[in-house]
Amino acid sequence: MLGLRKKNLFVIIIMLVLLFLFSTVQARKFKVAFVYIGPVGDAGWTYAHDLGRKYIEKVFGDSIETTYIENVPDSMESISIFESLAKRKYDIVFATSFGFMDAVLEVAKKYPNTVFMHCSGYKTYKNMSAYFGRIYEPSFLAGIIAGFMTKTNKIGYVAPVSIPEVIRITNAFALGVKLVNPDAKVHVVWTNSWYDPATEKEAALSLIDSGADIIAQQTDSAAPVQTAQEKGVYSIGYNSDMRKFGTDSFLTAPVWNWGVYYETVIKDVMNGSWKSENYWGGMKDGIVDLAPLSSKVPTNVKSIVEVFKQAIIKGDFHPFQGPIWDQNGNLKVKKGEILSDQELLSMDWFVDNIVGSIPKSSE
Amino acid sequence: MLHLKLKIEKRLERFKCENFLISVVSLIISLVIMGIFIWINTGNFADVVETYKELFTWPFFPELGLVDTILKMIPLALIALGLLVVFKMKVWNIGAEGQLYLGAMATTWGALFLFKNMSNSISMITLLLIFGAIAGALWALIPAILKAFLKLDEIVTTLMLNYIAVYWLNYLIYGPWKDPKGFNFPLTAVFPKNSWLPELGDTGIHIGIIITFILVFVTYFIMYKTHLGFELKIIGDNPKAARYSGISIEKNLIIAMIFSGALAGLAGSIQVLGVQHRLQHGFSTGYGYTAIIVAWLARLNPFSAVIVAFLFGGLLVGGEQLQIVMRFPISMISALQGLILFSLLASEAIFKYRIKITKNDPIKIGGEFNGNT
Repeated sequence: MLGLRKKNLFVIIIMLVLLFLFSTVQARKFKVAFVYIGPVGDAGWTYAHDLGRKYIEKVFGDSIETTYIENVPDSMESISIFESLAKRKYDIVFATSFGFMDAVLEVAKKYPNTVFMHCSGYKTYKNMSAYFGRIYEPSFLAGIIAGFMTKTNKIGYVAPVSIPEVIRITNAFALGVKLVNPDAKVHVVWTNSWYDPATEKEAALSLIDSGADIIAQQTDSAAPVQTAQEKGVYSIGYNSDMRKFGTDSFLTAPVWNWGVYYETVIKDVMNGSWKSENYWGGMKDGIVDLAPLSSKVPTNVKSIVEVFKQAIIKGDFHPFQGPIWDQNGNLKVKKGEILSDQELLSMDWFVDNIVGSIPKSSE
Repeated sequence: MLHLKLKIEKRLERFKCENFLISVVSLIISLVIMGIFIWINTGNFADVVETYKELFTWPFFPELGLVDTILKMIPLALIALGLLVVFKMKVWNIGAEGQLYLGAMATTWGALFLFKNMSNSISMITLLLIFGAIAGALWALIPAILKAFLKLDEIVTTLMLNYIAVYWLNYLIYGPWKDPKGFNFPLTAVFPKNSWLPELGDTGIHIGIIITFILVFVTYFIMYKTHLGFELKIIGDNPKAARYSGISIEKNLIIAMIFSGALAGLAGSIQVLGVQHRLQHGFSTGYGYTAIIVAWLARLNPFSAVIVAFLFGGLLVGGEQLQIVMRFPISMISALQGLILFSLLASEAIFKYRIKITKNDPIKIGGEFNGNT
């Protein structure tokens, strides 16, 4: 009895192994994988990356094969996924959350034949690049619009977690507001999470209840836009064009066009010219942009925004050019000076027209 | 008037290896349902074959995902072992996730601040593991005392304490424990190398697995060979009888909860020392909750718990692979995993009970239920 069972088991295992071997012998396609922190349906961050994935599928057609993994935990728990992608001989893996950084680095060291692209981090390796976009540029433009459109001079801002990236983008937005409306204040509420529709809604509601007539956001879901729509105030989205969530309320949104960048990366890897780098592209590269302005935005505001957009693209204007003061009234950037990329990447202070504080570490 | 009655009763006759057979049959049933589901979804029968191939090869082959499966098995098994003991006395500790968090936090405290300069790796790791276990035990002690002396429902208190643990961790990683060199990101510094759990050779598996296997025997011994285990069983079966025979329910409750919390805390400790090497968000993917299912499917047997935890780890790893290879969305993976669990639980009920149609007079409604338990 036992012998028979063992024999059966043996046969089954052999069959499974054969099955596995046969299915791996297939025509070789260029394999690209995307690892996401959230669901592709979040309408925000992950959705924007997945638009990029669909874009490259269209561009490269049959010569590539893409896959994605959603809802991956933002820690070393993700290492099994990166390792299996490398074992499955994926040519490029795009890891689109900061928390994947150490896991990606560890796997990159072990599997030199896969190119790892890590979004929003700072560690690189022979076969691992860091990449991000200067979305503070369109955020500054969105701030200009908010500064013009507010009547209560109170602009609500739903912010996720207090890392330099978020602080920088919030500051750029506030500087845009200040440029055209020095009396308006930007009120920041933290959700302490990238994607948490319920908390984002609560945050937006509390801001609207306290008198904000525009809700801007940097979190990943469309909940703030929806809440603004329900409450009849204006909204400025983030990550992707969220206008379908706020047909009457939506003004614009700073958006990512990852596909443009992904296309160049894949081309570079295909023809062997890819090199590890720390990429930080702006509006001039097309990786970030401002979503088309809604008809609620007056024509003169539109043209002012366009002027600044062109100036930023040409390099004639920088959102972080002095004078800039922090919340305590210290002059952080002198007149005529511009913050360096190093300073932008480690920013831990708010500009003076922001109401709200940054949770700080005690060290 | 004739009354037809449907009566659900426990089957008396048992056949050999019943539990094993039930598991196998229900697994097959769920795979068939799953297959139909995938077939309808993709319209291609080859996809069904491909799905099973992935699910049964990748997680269990050494060159593929076996290591990942084992790494997921370790915390699941450890927590489940602790839960067996409290579940045996029918106390429902839903707070293993929080106890795991406390273990991880205490270990981090030790590794980064209290013992950071310790040069002897073995004593440092031992100390940190004990630290984690104590923290988990203390976190479990709170609901144990509340239940023992104030009769507060442990399901509510343990669950609530999970949320407190999560927010406490948030406070620490966004605040005082934030890595000064971490660009303000919410994570702690990396632990000193001395505190990392050593690997078994070059396998990628840390020594947590040995600790797990030792604790399987410890748990088995406690449950089946000690007075304590016997008392827990009696309390679980019939608390009144236990009380009349002089068994202190309060004392046993507290001991069992401490044991359960200590194992969950140890699991948290092992996760940060063996896998994460720092404290950050998402270090647990809900192990504390999944382990409840593991303990239950193992029918509160320590040896089965390890096997179930292993298979469950495989299911988690296989789910990831199905996303990669089959391009299934995560919601479909969760549905498939749920389906397997559901069939396992449902078929247990179907096999262990039978429906009997009886003609009887309506007066006897009373003592129907206590029949065969």
